[in-house]
Amino acid sequence: MIERKLLLGDEAIALGAIHAGISGVYAYPGTPSTEITEYIQAHATDVRSRWCTNEKTAMEAALGMSYAGKRALVCMKHVGMNVAADAFVNSAITGVNGGLVVLAADDPSMHSSQNEQDSRFYGKFAMIPILEPSSQQEAYDMMQYAYDLSENMKLPVLMRIVTRLAHSRADVEVRNAIAQNTLNPDNERTHWVLLPGNARRQYAGLVAKQPDLSASSENSIYNKTIAVNEGKARIGVISCGIAYNYVMENAPMDLGVSVLKISQYPIPSNSIKSFATKCDSILVAEDGQPFVEEQVKSLLGAEYNLKGRLTGDLPRMGELTPDCVGTVLGVTIEQTFENPQNVMPRPPALCQGCGHRDVYDALNKVAADYSDARIFGDIGCYTLGALPPFRAIDSCVDMGASITMAKGAANAGVHPAIAVIGDSTFTHSGMTGLLDAVNDKSNITVVISDNLTTAMTGGQDSAGTNKFEAICLGLGVEPEHVRVVVPLPKNMEEITRIIREEIEYQGVSVIIPRRECIQTLNRKLRQQKVQKQ
Amino acid sequence: MKKDIILTGVGGQGILTIATIIGDAAAANGLSLKQAEVHGMSQRGGDVQSNLRLSTEEIHSDLIKQGAADLIISMEPMEALRYVPYLNKGGCVVTSSHPFKNIQNYPNEEELMHEINNVPNVEVLPIDDIAKNNSMPKSANIVLLGMAAKYIEILTPEQLRQSIARVFASKGTAVVEMNQKAFDIGLQSVK
Repeated sequence: MIERKLLLGDEAIALGAIHAGISGVYAYPGTPSTEITEYIQAHATDVRSRWCTNEKTAMEAALGMSYAGKRALVCMKHVGMNVAADAFVNSAITGVNGGLVVLAADDPSMHSSQNEQDSRFYGKFAMIPILEPSSQQEAYDMMQYAYDLSENMKLPVLMRIVTRLAHSRADVEVRNAIAQNTLNPDNERTHWVLLPGNARRQYAGLVAKQPDLSASSENSIYNKTIAVNEGKARIGVISCGIAYNYVMENAPMDLGVSVLKISQYPIPSNSIKSFATKCDSILVAEDGQPFVEEQVKSLLGAEYNLKGRLTGDLPRMGELTPDCVGTVLGVTIEQTFENPQNVMPRPPALCQGCGHRDVYDALNKVAADYSDARIFGDIGCYTLGALPPFRAIDSCVDMGASITMAKGAANAGVHPAIAVIGDSTFTHSGMTGLLDAVNDKSNITVVISDNLTTAMTGGQDSAGTNKFEAICLGLGVEPEHVRVVVPLPKNMEEITRIIREEIEYQGVSVIIPRRECIQTLNRKLRQQKVQKQ
Repeated sequence: MKKDIILTGVGGQGILTIATIIGDAAAANGLSLKQAEVHGMSQRGGDVQSNLRLSTEEIHSDLIKQGAADLIISMEPMEALRYVPYLNKGGCVVTSSHPFKNIQNYPNEEELMHEINNVPNVEVLPIDDIAKNNSMPKSANIVLLGMAAKYIEILTPEQLRQSIARVFASKGTAVVEMNQKAFDIGLQSVK
C-alpha cells in the first residue's frame, strides 16, 4: 500500500529506517539529528530506541546489534562523529553482519554548532559507501537501499544530511515495512577480533572491496545526468545532495547548463570524466567543505576550467542557497526592496526563569571578588551564558572540555579555575575528565548545572538523572566537597557562600545546582492540564 | 500556481504552529510543499523563520530565492522587516504591530513602523490586543493566520479552518473551537 505523509527530512529517515526493518536506533541528541530518534521512539514500539550516553557508546551498541545479525541505525550531529570516530573507523575493518547505517547530520552555516566539518571526509577516511539524499523522498527511499547495500558489501554505510534537509518538511510517498532480521550472531571470530594479524587481513579485504564500491556508485540510481539537448553545455554542474535542488531551482536547461547529480560516493569517476568532456566548464556545487571539488580537480587536471568553493565562485564557507548557485550560473538576483535600516540582530537567550540564570548570577557575583578567576564553559543551553547580560564564561570548545580545560589551566597556575557543565554533557564526556582531576588532585571547582534533562535539543532524557552525587563520589570526589544547591534567587546568599568555600578548598570540588528545566516543567504542567480535562 | 511564504517571529511565539496548519492544509488538498524550519539553539528567544513553499508543480529548493517571496507572515514587526528583501515586487506583508523587545538595542518604534508601512502591500494589526480582548491570549498566532488567510490564495480560508481542527484535535474540542474563533476574528479584521 502506498501512502503520502508530510515529513521532516529527519522523520523521513526515521520512517525509512523503520520500514527497512531496523531493530535498534542508537543516538545521543544533537541538532539537527535529534528528531530521527524521537520519531522512532514515538512510532515504533518494537525498535530499541532509548537515548545513549554519547555517540561512541551509540556506535558500539549498533555494531553489536549488527554483529548479532540485525539491522541498526546510529544517528548523530556532525561533531558527534568525532566522538564516535574510534568505533566508526574500526567498524569498516570488522565489517558488518546485519545492515548498519550511520547517519551524520552536518550543520553548514553553524546554525547550532561550533564548526561546519563535513562528515563525507569520515566516510572516505573509513573507505565505506556514503549516501547523500537531495530530498525528503530520497532520504526515505535511501534507507532501504542503504541497508541492502550495507549487507551486500558487508560494510557500514554513512548517510550524510545537512540542516536544511533535516529540518525541512515535504510530502513523502511511503511503502509497507519489511520484517526485522532474525537473531544470527556472526561466528567468524577473525572478522571481529582486531589483533594485528586479523586486522591486516580485514583491511586488505576492505581495500579489495573499493572497486565494487566505485562500480556501485557508477551504476547508482541516485547518481544521474541531466544533459542539454545539443552540443556542449556552457557549464556542467556537479551537484551533491541538497545542492541539486538549488541548481534545479534556477532552471539549468534554459541556461545551457547540464547537471550531474551525485548522491552516492565514492565519487563516480568515470561518469564525471565523461560528463566533463561534454561541458565547457564544470561547477561543483556541494554543501559543506570542498570534498568533491578537490577530488574532481585531481581527476580532470589543472588545465580544466573548474569552479567551486575553492576558486571563490561559490562562498568558501556557509550553506549554499538558490541565490548563490544561481549567480554563478548567470541568474541575477532581483533586488526588489532596499535592505532594511531598522533591523537589529536578535540572538538566542536563556529562558526567563531558567536555573542556569541563577547559576551565572551567583558565579558572576563570586568571580567579581577574584580578578584571576576563569570560568570554562561547555556545550548546552548554558553556553548562552557567554552572551549579555551574563558574559560569564571564558571558553566553550567541545563536549566535556570545561572540566579538563579547567584542570589543565589549574595545572598551569590559574586560580580559581571553575568549570560549568550541564548534567547531560557531564555524563556524555565529563566523567572521565573528572576522574583525571581527582587522581591529579587538581585545584578546580566543577559546577554541574543539573536541569534534569538534555535541554538544548528539546528536553530528551538525561543519562545521569538522580545519579550525579553517586557518580562524583564513585570517581573519588570527597563527600564534603560534593555540594547540592537549588538555583533560585532566594538562595543566592547560600549559593555564593558555597561557591566561595569550594574555591578556597585546595582540590576537586563539585557543586550541583539542581532545578528542573523551565521548558520541560511547563510541558509537563500543560500535559497534566490536558489529562485533567 | 505557486505561493512562497516566509513565516517569522521570535522563538516561542508560535510560528511553527502556523507553518504546521498551512502545511497540513496543503497536504490535505494535494499541493506540493516544502517547509524549512529552524530548530535548536535559535528557538531560545532568538529570531526564527520558516520558508514555506506551496505549489501545484514540483518544488525543488527548500529555500526561497531573494526577491521571490509572495507573502511574509510575521508575529513581530522588526522580524517582518528583516525579510522584506526576500519579497517580490507585488508581495505582501502581514504582521503584528506589537514589538517583542528582548534586546537592548531594539530600533526606534516609530521609524520601524514607518519603514514597514512603506512596503506597498502591508497589513499591520495589534493581534496581541485582539487576542487578549477576546480572552484567547495564547491564540494570537492563529489570529495572525486568519489575517493572512486571504493572501495565501492557493488555499481557501475554509481549507485552513478545517486544518486547524485536525492540528488541534488531540487537545480537545474546546481548544479547536477557540482557535477556529481566533482564525475567524483575524479573517474578518482584514478588508
